[in-house]
Amino acid sequence: MSSTIVSRIRQKQIYEMISAGKRLDGRGLTDYRPIKIETKIIEKADGSARVLLGKTEIVTGIKVEIGEPFSDRPNDGTFTVNSEFVPLASPEFEPGPPDENSIELARVVDRGIRESQAIDLEKLCLIPGKKVYVIFIDIYILNHDGNLIDASALAALAALLNTKIPVYVVESGEVKKTEEYMSLPIRDYPISVTFANISDKMVVDPWLEEEEVMSARLTITFDKNGNICAMQKGGRGALTPQQIIEAVHIAKDKSEELRRLVVRNIG
Amino acid sequence: MSGRIRLIDENGLRVDGRKPNELRPIKMEVGVLSNADGSAYIEQGKSKILAAVYGPRELHPRHLALPDRALLRCRYHMAPFSVEERKSPAPTRREIELSKVIREALEPAVFLEKFPRTSIDVFIEVLQADGGTRCAGTTVAALALADAGIPMRDLVVACAAGKVDGVLVLDLNDLEDKEGEADLPVAYMPNLGLISLLQMDGTLTVDEFKQALNLAIEGCKQMYKMQKESLKARYVAIKEEVEEEIDSCLQP
Repeated sequence: MSSTIVSRIRQKQIYEMISAGKRLDGRGLTDYRPIKIETKIIEKADGSARVLLGKTEIVTGIKVEIGEPFSDRPNDGTFTVNSEFVPLASPEFEPGPPDENSIELARVVDRGIRESQAIDLEKLCLIPGKKVYVIFIDIYILNHDGNLIDASALAALAALLNTKIPVYVVESGEVKKTEEYMSLPIRDYPISVTFANISDKMVVDPWLEEEEVMSARLTITFDKNGNICAMQKGGRGALTPQQIIEAVHIAKDKSEELRRLVVRNIG
Repeated sequence: MSGRIRLIDENGLRVDGRKPNELRPIKMEVGVLSNADGSAYIEQGKSKILAAVYGPRELHPRHLALPDRALLRCRYHMAPFSVEERKSPAPTRREIELSKVIREALEPAVFLEKFPRTSIDVFIEVLQADGGTRCAGTTVAALALADAGIPMRDLVVACAAGKVDGVLVLDLNDLEDKEGEADLPVAYMPNLGLISLLQMDGTLTVDEFKQALNLAIEGCKQMYKMQKESLKARYVAIKEEVEEEIDSCLQP
């Protein structure tokens, strides 16, 4: 933590500006930093995307294999989300197994995709109870400048949308790879919107310094029908019910904005 | 999604016979472990959870010490026998995430700045799980913190709301959590009116979310009364013990 301690005077400046409805980098309280989405950047992955959210940079790669379904969902393909906070991304990150922040991030992204039923998993079943497509979504943080959750969720969605997987066929009880490729059956576009509570204001898309001085964080994920499909509060502070409801309304508009951006970038 | 169990019957009652806005039977007891600085036990429906607090105490490893406050550490853990199929005792990703969100739910309530360079360790053991264990775990951990005599701004009490078969319900059990449409765990500090844990999975419209949030807060307020009663009961017990001791000393 020591490397990103924000000095008291800087902290005060951030607080005062946010109280006045402004931010140090010139954004309004509900503005995102510039977002750039690139896809198909890793040829060896079945799908991939790079997202730049200001200086935060995430690469997500998708790999698809054939495996077994979960016993309670024999007719569904499976997916897992994993994230790596690689040490080159921040002086705070250390090599080793995923820490609680990495696990939380992956699970929040997972929840958005799972609860919106973004992937039609039933279409990824080959032999019920035996063989299904198994999708690995690996999130790589390359540069940490705050709001890793939204950037990761965008990168995961963008990567899923341009994933091409080999078509397998079932022949006499065996699965065989064919020469053909297909897109993943994606039927929803979950978008997460993250807030930081600073000076009792809910601020969209906090960057690193804002995250260091915030009291609490709130992520709200919306599906394409405007329903909430996932939420996560983080951070050492607490929120009033009014702040949460205010954030829900802002997040609904923002998620539509971001979804249009994803569609425009990926088609 | 087809051919599922009905979670709400024709009378509008739930699988365990409760009304939509009804809590499960709850039992709380404070001061149940003699070694811990503070401890508590909760039974909520079939969920049975034990919490213990050690600290403020010397922090190991020392490099983790914070110069301006105590380090609050929290471990949420499920016993291998707590669920239908044996769970490996190694912490899962779910348990690591829940340990983090529960710690962050308790942290705003504790005056950590009173104990710089120390640690306060909260251990939550789920002995039997039947849904709502992160909430019951938070509720019982707050009791254990209070029992340890650690100064707090407020108690923390947690309760989930959710949606099953299209109906908003309070305090979901395991079946309702798994088969229902949404689960919204909320931790609340009743005197401060602040929410310190909020998660959601499933699908809710914005209006449903607002109603569910209110429902969860109402549930928290009911449970808060039980929390206070269980703390009081503990002090009555201590008072009686002390009085007995004094009596026995006075007798010739």
